[in-house]
Amino acid sequence: MNAEGSATSGRRGWGGIVWAALVRALMTFFLINVAGVIASVVVSSFATRWLGTWLPAGYTMRWYGSAWDEFQLGDVLEVTVEIVLIVVALSILIGVPAAYALARKDFPGKRAVTLLFLLPLLVPPITYGIPLATVLYRLRLGGTETGVILANLVPAVPFVVLVMTPFIEQVDPRLEAAARVFGARLHRVFLHVLLPLLAPGILAAGLLVLVRTIALFELTFLVAGPDSQTLVVALYYSVFAAGVRATQSIDAMAVTYMVTTLVWLLLALRFVDPTQLVTRVKREAR
Amino acid sequence: MAARELREAGLDRTVLLTVPGVLLVLLLFIYPFAYGLFLSFAPKTGGIWANYARFFGDERLYGTIAKTFWIALPATLLNLALALPMAYQLRRATRLQRAVTTALVVPITLGTVLVAEGMLNYLGPQGWLNRLLIDLHLVAAPVRLIHNYWGVLLSLVVTGFPFAFLLTLSYVTGIDPVLAQAAATLGAGRGRQFLHIYLPLLAPGLAITFCLSFVQAFSVFPSAILLGAPAGPTRVISIAAYQAAFEDYDYSMASAIAMLMGLAQLIVVVAVLGLRGVFYRGPAAGAKG
Amino acid sequence: MPRDNSGFRELRLDAISRRFGGAVALDRLSLAIARGEFIALLGPSGCGKSTALNCIAGLLALTGGAIWLDERRIDGLPPEERGFGMIFQNYALFPHMSVRRNIGFGLAMRGVGREEIRRRVDAALALIRLAEHADKLPGQLSGGQQQRVAIARAIVIEPPVILMDEPLSNLDAKLRIEMRSEIKRIHQELGRATVYVTHDQEEALSLADRIVVLKDGVTQQIGAPEELYARPANLDVALFMGYRNAIAARIEGVEGGQAVISIGQIRLRGTAAGHPGGGDATAAIRPEDFVLGPGPNAVRGRAETVEYCGRDYLVEFLTQDGHRLYARTETRVRPGDFVEWHVPPDRVLVYPSGK
Ligand SMILES: Nc1ncnc2c1ncn2[C@@H]1O[C@H](COP(=O)(O)OP(=O)(O)OP(=O)(O)O)[C@@H](O)[C@H]1O
Ligand SMILES: [Mg+2]
Repeated sequence: MNAEGSATSGRRGWGGIVWAALVRALMTFFLINVAGVIASVVVSSFATRWLGTWLPAGYTMRWYGSAWDEFQLGDVLEVTVEIVLIVVALSILIGVPAAYALARKDFPGKRAVTLLFLLPLLVPPITYGIPLATVLYRLRLGGTETGVILANLVPAVPFVVLVMTPFIEQVDPRLEAAARVFGARLHRVFLHVLLPLLAPGILAAGLLVLVRTIALFELTFLVAGPDSQTLVVALYYSVFAAGVRATQSIDAMAVTYMVTTLVWLLLALRFVDPTQLVTRVKREAR
Repeated sequence: MAARELREAGLDRTVLLTVPGVLLVLLLFIYPFAYGLFLSFAPKTGGIWANYARFFGDERLYGTIAKTFWIALPATLLNLALALPMAYQLRRATRLQRAVTTALVVPITLGTVLVAEGMLNYLGPQGWLNRLLIDLHLVAAPVRLIHNYWGVLLSLVVTGFPFAFLLTLSYVTGIDPVLAQAAATLGAGRGRQFLHIYLPLLAPGLAITFCLSFVQAFSVFPSAILLGAPAGPTRVISIAAYQAAFEDYDYSMASAIAMLMGLAQLIVVVAVLGLRGVFYRGPAAGAKG
Repeated sequence: MPRDNSGFRELRLDAISRRFGGAVALDRLSLAIARGEFIALLGPSGCGKSTALNCIAGLLALTGGAIWLDERRIDGLPPEERGFGMIFQNYALFPHMSVRRNIGFGLAMRGVGREEIRRRVDAALALIRLAEHADKLPGQLSGGQQQRVAIARAIVIEPPVILMDEPLSNLDAKLRIEMRSEIKRIHQELGRATVYVTHDQEEALSLADRIVVLKDGVTQQIGAPEELYARPANLDVALFMGYRNAIAARIEGVEGGQAVISIGQIRLRGTAAGHPGGGDATAAIRPEDFVLGPGPNAVRGRAETVEYCGRDYLVEFLTQDGHRLYARTETRVRPGDFVEWHVPPDRVLVYPSGK
């Protein structure tokens, strides 16, 4: 009704105007610098030689070819796609049913279960990553793709639960009741009534997990071996060993990583609010 | 127990749907933590407290706590101090708000490793920023912003500020603007609308934002290595834990350090959330009948 | 800091307008409100009532016109400097403050001393009869109690003008009636100019000294309740005032100040509102103005449905040429009965059709 925020009529006074301008200027400053950080990677990846000037001496595509060979990007991408897709599929398969139960049922211990799903999102990966890696190495899963997938599921499943629970809550439970009245069994209700209704939410959750998993560095870094690295980890190693290879080559890889992530991000943003990428703390804050 | 009794206890078959997820978190999150805790008390040599004794006896180890705090606390406070006025300014659902939030999602999504590589280029002695400062005659020689404390701090702002902003924004937009209008009709100007209405209603959300931001900053890892001086002032606690595990292969010591890292975070979080209890924590809409 | 405005004589709206982008939400509303007068803004949803109220309060800037408080032009002032008390549709009580602090907020903003605030808040609490709930949070009160707190919060600052935006719309029927008398009582006690927004004609009629009817942002009629009830200026106002039967008719002529109209085969005498003359028209009749039984100005038909409404029956009947009409009677009528009604000519309002 009152779309205008706070009191709006009348002059704002000089203080208000200066303050608003200052805040905007700061935000602009921040965004310009972020753009600079990103653009310098992109420009460098196309540069022939870039030393001591504003812009490179000339432009070339060849670093992409050399990065592809030097870093075995083909293999890395293959592993990344494999791991990410499996993580997305498994986290949805495990997370959506759990979210359904949490959205629809009140049961003893529900608060404990909710807290259990929140913890892996609140505790930073490096903190639990080291004990997790230790356990996975003990189980001889360290350094394998299976190990990387298991590690990545730890934040992915709770994330799906957290995104899907409010989504399922707003689907009218009477629809399921109606389907049951007509004699549908539980799994058929799920398949024929719920799934179509939940599809948009699942799509959004899947895309968000996808973006987060591609970018999740710490867990993969701690668990992966040489043949189970994802793109971020490979990028880390190449930046870490900077000096061994040409900067442009590293930047070409960085751009490859950037494109892989941002394509999915753009797709995800068609379905979700940007703030959802962070978390749904609003609900948990009660 | 009969199925009926189970159902009466609220446990019907639907609840079983949570089992795979719960098992996963128990096995891959809780168990490793417990195992790590146990392992930290089973050192390679010495008694059960040997790891902790070594940690607190070695400046290179216990010093990491102070170093990490010294990076994480300023970064968190700076991020919050920037996020609050900006989120407040952009609290109305405008196109500008949408554009800014979308732009800010990008650095979060790209993650610390890519941001570190970009900042190495951008902030380096040959980078655009130094070039600009020199061309504007603001400095004579390039400012050193990478491979030291400032590089890590700035990287924590680049990824941490958007996070703090988006969280704060979601709290600010959850407050019904009619409350501020009501305050205005009662004689409160802009400043006092913020002070008496928004700030107290935001306090619990800000506490949570602080905790999450701090915990993230405290566990800074790749940028501390890539942009910092990992042997010196930015040898943060996660580096110590990583080195113990993957360079010394002393998993027991690594677990002990990870536990201490978790404990330090926990202490700050509990302290801040404890403060939160002082504030009002109900819905932030106009109360309805 | 708001000025002390309490000594004013008149609040004057001078053709105030507000547009949102291309859409005009409020179109040149002009009205002079005397001190102590109770004005109701009445109209269907989306007609611009809240817009008008927010413009008066200063929560929305005008896009045209001016607002005067006696000789002082105030439409440039922000709300905090106008100092009008406002009661919001959902009350907008501050959820983190106790009832006492909510009520005292406006006084605190004015720099009133602690003791003085305490005294005046206590008086306001007594007025709304909530003294024993003073230390609760708004979330712990019932809807009606919250509403009274909202009223107290607005009046304790002794504003020159009190603005209320559908304050009763969230309440159940019984409480609504109670609160209506409460508002009336408080208004009479304080004698402040009050602008009261509602879409409920009954509420407007029972409370207001004058009613302003809005439609699509345009003022339709301004007048005392009796005036609007008896002589709605146009068909829209008539429909809003309970003239449920709106029948397409033809004006056959004018005789002795009365219009003679035909509705199919029915001939009726009515009162012409607007320009009488020949041509198409609409006749508006309230169900309760029909009298059961034969007489002059008769209408006949077959009862279709009959609703029992406690005191009387609402009869829906069909005339020979298929017009569906509504009438009220205390006599029991059965569906299918043949019924004959008559209606006094001054209760048949004839509006020319078209613009
Ligand atoms: N902030 C706004 N931006 C754009 N249009 C608006 C805005 N506020 C109101 N309007 C439009 O102005 C018109 C009048 O709105 P207003 O809120 O005044 O109606 P109202 O009479 O109070 O209705 P209700 O009885 O439903 O509260 C509506 O068509 C509405 O869509
Ligand atoms: Mg309204």
